[in-house]
Amino acid sequence: MNAALALDLSRRRRLVMGLAVAALALSLLGLGVGSEGWSWHWSDADSAVPMELIVGQIRAPRTLGALLVGALLGLAGAIAQGLFRNPLADPYLLGTGSGASLAVVLVLAASAAGGHALALANVEWLPRIGLVVAAFFGALGGVSLTLLLARGAQEPLRLLLSGVVVGVVLGAGSDLVTTWSPDALRGKQSFMLGSTGFLGWQSVALLAAGLALALPPAWRLARALDALGLGEESAASLGLALPRLRLLLVVLLALCTALAVSQAGLVGFVGLVSPHLVRRFAPAPQRFMLPASAAAGGVLMLGADILARGLIAPQELPVGVLTAVLGGGYLLWLLHKRGVR
Amino acid sequence: MSAMRLLRRLAGLLALCAGVAAAAEPVRDDRGVAWQGGPPRRIVSLLPSLTETVCALGACDRLVGVDRFSDWPAQVNTLPRLGGLDDASVERIVALRPDVVLAARSARVAERFEALGLKVLVFDSDNHAQVRHSTEALARVLGQPQRAAQLWAAIHRDETAAAARIPPRLRGRSVYFEVDSTPYAAGTTSFIGETLQRLGLRNVVPAEYGAFPRLNPEFLVRRSPDLVMAMDRELATMAARPGWHTLRALKDGQTCGFESERYVLLIRPGPRMGEAALAIADCLAGLPER
Repeated sequence: MNAALALDLSRRRRLVMGLAVAALALSLLGLGVGSEGWSWHWSDADSAVPMELIVGQIRAPRTLGALLVGALLGLAGAIAQGLFRNPLADPYLLGTGSGASLAVVLVLAASAAGGHALALANVEWLPRIGLVVAAFFGALGGVSLTLLLARGAQEPLRLLLSGVVVGVVLGAGSDLVTTWSPDALRGKQSFMLGSTGFLGWQSVALLAAGLALALPPAWRLARALDALGLGEESAASLGLALPRLRLLLVVLLALCTALAVSQAGLVGFVGLVSPHLVRRFAPAPQRFMLPASAAAGGVLMLGADILARGLIAPQELPVGVLTAVLGGGYLLWLLHKRGVR
Repeated sequence: MSAMRLLRRLAGLLALCAGVAAAAEPVRDDRGVAWQGGPPRRIVSLLPSLTETVCALGACDRLVGVDRFSDWPAQVNTLPRLGGLDDASVERIVALRPDVVLAARSARVAERFEALGLKVLVFDSDNHAQVRHSTEALARVLGQPQRAAQLWAAIHRDETAAAARIPPRLRGRSVYFEVDSTPYAAGTTSFIGETLQRLGLRNVVPAEYGAFPRLNPEFLVRRSPDLVMAMDRELATMAARPGWHTLRALKDGQTCGFESERYVLLIRPGPRMGEAALAIADCLAGLPER
């Protein structure tokens, strides 16, 4: 018993070390990949772009931003999988993704249709502030709708089904809007694939604040998640107020996802894969799972971002495509290793 | 259906071998499908630029329906709207009994309509050469081959006039034309890029990146274009993108922001490409000297 515990602890320690090293190494790499490909010569002799600008204003915030977006998605994914006791749960399950994309598409269509009817002052805030805020509230709106349909979070299955329904219906709504407004279609495409290109210090500050706010309550709710993992009755017999705790978890999940989506679009797979990654290397109670999944999500996302920037520089690949390839490849490998056919 | 097409193509090949077809080479669309029969009297266009071309060739009154995005010239706004390329209302189009359906390269549309017995002509329009080809092909199909040359001469005249209007200080300056804020640029090989080149501007995106590359935002900070062109609502917030406040064009106010109606004119490869060149020239001529 003691030996097993010691083994678990050492595996956890190794995972934490591994993630920390990966995060550090990737962060350094992130400072070296830009439109010139891999290069540590930051300032051009000919165009005299200062290093402070390239590294300080572009690559550093983008690198940190990717790390934080991934962390939020990883945390949300771990919460979702714990909440539904289902390893296929992901952060977009409860209508956040479809809600955000519908809101974004509506704003794009409105600003395209409004075009000259709107004063320039309005036009200015619409797409920029508008898209970020719209995505955030759209995501929250999607979850609220799901909760409404499921009449709260008491029944996981009903919550899950409501999430699926909301996802399909809101998704159809945004498809409808884009068939009418080609402008919205183009904007939607980049939003669906995710984009880390324009993450600046402002985004980093927001994301960091969000993560700092989300982690402590998640950590405190970890015990409830563990109890849920034992089954409904066991959890109830421990005297936990399940409906309230579930609702809190859903709110936390929604906030994390909404924030990540508002800054970087619908980056897929990070939330799904990160908890698997952690479970594979160090099975552990949720107190460890949640922060470790966040770290794993950050590392995965940053890795994908660096590849997105570097593979065909100065052109970029959509980061969501790479997270899907990396995450999907990893899941396939995992399935293969376990011999599941 | 595809067997039919293969047979037709074989027949064409045989005829060619026999030297029969050498006299009057049939009009072909960009899939190689030949046009047979007389000029169509009832036309459905599923692409705004082709709608514009048909009208510019003087056959606007032969249009019996258009896609939902066609909006020029004004008279097409009274025609039945038949959806878009991906969701064309098949039933309504068939009910209109068109002699020909004009479409962009989207296999499903063409194959569906051909299976229903309609004639479909498909045209690409990524660059000037393709637009010119589709214009000439359509003019011949419409039975007025000489009008294509006139139309093209008019486009050319406008482009020359536009080029002459560019202030000398801007000649050879580097330009970034934003197609989408992700950011996608109009590359050198796109029809927009070709127009910019004819106006004496140098594209900040090298030719080898293709027609519409998605760039790393840092690329533009490094290259710092002398001129920036984009939709006005994107331009208004461009300086807020990380590092972009250093862009030479933004600092010096050497920018062209087009409101959406104007912008649509610029990004539509059709008979108004000359007008688009003039619109760009107008903006450039009005830029403040720094």
